[in-house]
Amino acid sequence: MSDSNNNQSTNYTAAGEVTLVKARRSFLENLIRTLKSAPPTAWFGMVVIAAYLFVALFAPLLAPHGEAEVFPLAYAPWSDEFILGTDALGRDVFSRLIYGARNTIGIAVATTLLAFIIGGSLGVIAAISRNWMDQVLSRFVDVLMAIPSLIFALMLLSIFGANAINLIFIIAVLDATRVFRLTRAVALNVVVMDYVEAARLRGEGLGWVMRKEILPNIMPPLVAEFGLRFCFVFLTIAALSFLGVGIQPPTADWGSMVRENAGLIQFAEYDLTAALTPMIPAAAIALLTVAVNFVVDWFLHKTSGLRDE
Amino acid sequence: MSDNNKEILLEMRDVRIDGYSDDRWHEIIKGVDLTLRRGEILGLIGESGAGKSTLGLAAMGFARPGCKISSGSIKFDGMELTDMSEKDQRNLRGSRICYVAQSAAASFNPAHRLLEQTVEATVQYKLQSENDAKQDARALYKDLQLPDPENIGDRYPHQVSGGQLQRVMTAMAMSSRPDLIIFDEPTTALDVTTQVEVLAAMREIVEKFNTAAIYITHDLAVVAQMADTIKVLRYGETVEDAPTRAMLSDPQEDYTKSLWAVRSIEKQAAPSDDIVLEVRGVDASYGGSVKVLRDVNIKVPRGRTVAVVGESGSGKSTTARSITGLLPPSKGEILFNGQPLPAALKNRTKEQLQRIQMIYQMADTAMNPRHTVRDIIGRPLQFYLGLSGTALDRKVLDLLQLIELDESFMDRLPAELSGGQKQRICIARALAAEPELIICDEVTSALDQIVQEGILKLLLRLQEELGITYIFITHDIATVRAISDEIVVMFQGKVIEQGSKEAIMAPPYPEYTELLLSSVPEMDPDWLTNLLAQRAS
Repeated sequence: MSDSNNNQSTNYTAAGEVTLVKARRSFLENLIRTLKSAPPTAWFGMVVIAAYLFVALFAPLLAPHGEAEVFPLAYAPWSDEFILGTDALGRDVFSRLIYGARNTIGIAVATTLLAFIIGGSLGVIAAISRNWMDQVLSRFVDVLMAIPSLIFALMLLSIFGANAINLIFIIAVLDATRVFRLTRAVALNVVVMDYVEAARLRGEGLGWVMRKEILPNIMPPLVAEFGLRFCFVFLTIAALSFLGVGIQPPTADWGSMVRENAGLIQFAEYDLTAALTPMIPAAAIALLTVAVNFVVDWFLHKTSGLRDE
Repeated sequence: MSDNNKEILLEMRDVRIDGYSDDRWHEIIKGVDLTLRRGEILGLIGESGAGKSTLGLAAMGFARPGCKISSGSIKFDGMELTDMSEKDQRNLRGSRICYVAQSAAASFNPAHRLLEQTVEATVQYKLQSENDAKQDARALYKDLQLPDPENIGDRYPHQVSGGQLQRVMTAMAMSSRPDLIIFDEPTTALDVTTQVEVLAAMREIVEKFNTAAIYITHDLAVVAQMADTIKVLRYGETVEDAPTRAMLSDPQEDYTKSLWAVRSIEKQAAPSDDIVLEVRGVDASYGGSVKVLRDVNIKVPRGRTVAVVGESGSGKSTTARSITGLLPPSKGEILFNGQPLPAALKNRTKEQLQRIQMIYQMADTAMNPRHTVRDIIGRPLQFYLGLSGTALDRKVLDLLQLIELDESFMDRLPAELSGGQKQRICIARALAAEPELIICDEVTSALDQIVQEGILKLLLRLQEELGITYIFITHDIATVRAISDEIVVMFQGKVIEQGSKEAIMAPPYPEYTELLLSSVPEMDPDWLTNLLAQRAS
């Protein structure tokens, strides 16, 4: 439907058929265009995430003291030297907060990635095969999902021992069940397309069909889900740390920092700043979760094709 | 003009409609005039994107979301629609102007019975009481020759066939006895055999109630049966305007002539005894015990085209799926170059897969929307021939030129191609494998006449140059005439006839072949009348 064809004769050429061709833009131009159209909430989310990443990456430079450095003064009040005071063992809370960003976010990202690799690939395989393999995987996932995941994780961590590697693997496997469900559902819509059949007729292997034909077409919902999953994993790790089976001391992480300093809340009537100390890592968790969700919401809105007008 | 003394019902003057895309407004309809008198049928024809549907909707004073009527006047029965409030317009729609959409299946609410939906508008506008309206609807069903008119209204949309649903939709439009009905490609999705029944029913009922109608289609032969006058539209402008008979016998514009271009291709059939593929006694079923194919035998001579014809559900596509190995036959065998092919896809060698390629009906879904043309055509080259780098690029370019496109298409995504270009890319992908046999599954049925002609000519040229064999699945007899050497007629999973084009197309016909051939609309305004008279006798 272009308007340049008014005077065209009836001589038919295939190349001359009218179509709308989108202007070619470089990746950077596209990025800028997209960012310009982002709503304020998404901007807020992106700025917060960027700040967290900055802190996590440059933790050793930013922190005034070491992660596990012990000072003789336990439960020191807020001061110039110890900005947020010290904890029961005399470690600087502010420094541990900064190092905690690194540990908590790092482990959460690794876990979420692993969950997506496991759940995503099995989900696509189940959608392609649609036979006994689909049945076995789906029913196994149902069984895993039937058990409350926090209790299941607690149990597995007690059996295998609570260290960072086990933590990552166990939470990843438990979370992969949700990813599997989603991936299978969206991939089923793509698998029935003629181009997937065409690839099979060509004799392409499973790997190619998964990576090249299906994956690019199910990416948007998966990316959105990645953001959401990340939040849940993050909260699960914090919860497990709070319960004492997550990341082990002396490694700093926000969940266990809340637990270690929780007792300070009762002193609120004497020293408000002391009561705030356990709240700050909790607030850090909450803020990141909110920020990630803002960005995910925006992304979902963009890719779902829903428009306000 | 037929009766100049009849009262003018609809008058559109210099109507311009803009559509919004790519961040700006484009003019879609560029000043079209249209006059329709009471009881008259106007045929609106043109290829997709010509603005037919947009103009049809504008006759109701309506513009789709993303479109706006920017100037011009639309007068319905003396009232100016463009000045009317939205509320007044709504009161006209559904009571005095009605719309029959292309896809009846998508337009009915699956959760309600047909009868309730038929009378919904009439009852809502309080034109009739519900009981009277239902009684009337049953009478309309009878007029439209629906089976069991008393009770068919109690069914749900999925319980009747596509042709019946389209007739119920006509009854729905008729229910309020409108002055004007707009038919938007009402028979395009139907088989030829069903199309005839629906056309006859529509024409009769429109005549009976002296309703004016705008009939939108891209099929000139269909419009010739329905319309008193024909308006040819292209790029949002009127190309030609004339009474039906004058238009058919003496079209003024080259473009109008090109609209029945496919019907002008004639291929000289050449017999051959060198059999490349043989389907021997094949039975097939989908999972259960119901056989979709029963004892199918087809011989495909090398370098020739075998057209497989039949209505939907006759097993044409299933036969193709059996040949490709997607649906292994439960009985019988398939010989390729005299060697039996393994039944299942996964047991075939890469070499065997390479020799048989397939082109699909819907080019949209046959190409991965995230792959560029370079990836789509390049993959078989990489996969079968092991090409890479500049050799691969050069070969892709060669193939693009072979299908009459150029290098500017290399990095386009499928969404940036027109329907015909998409189908060409699919052809190039099949050619890239250097096959001996290509199975074409309804490859032209989703395309406009003029684009169809281009694709068919391309396929014929490629056959001549490269000696490729085609199995051409279609329900369109004009296409069959244009391209085939041999014809296989299928009905309910069985092969009724196989033979050379001349033999099949000449009498005496078996009963079903006769029905199929006689149902193909011809470029003769009296064709439908004659056919109905002939069938009645």
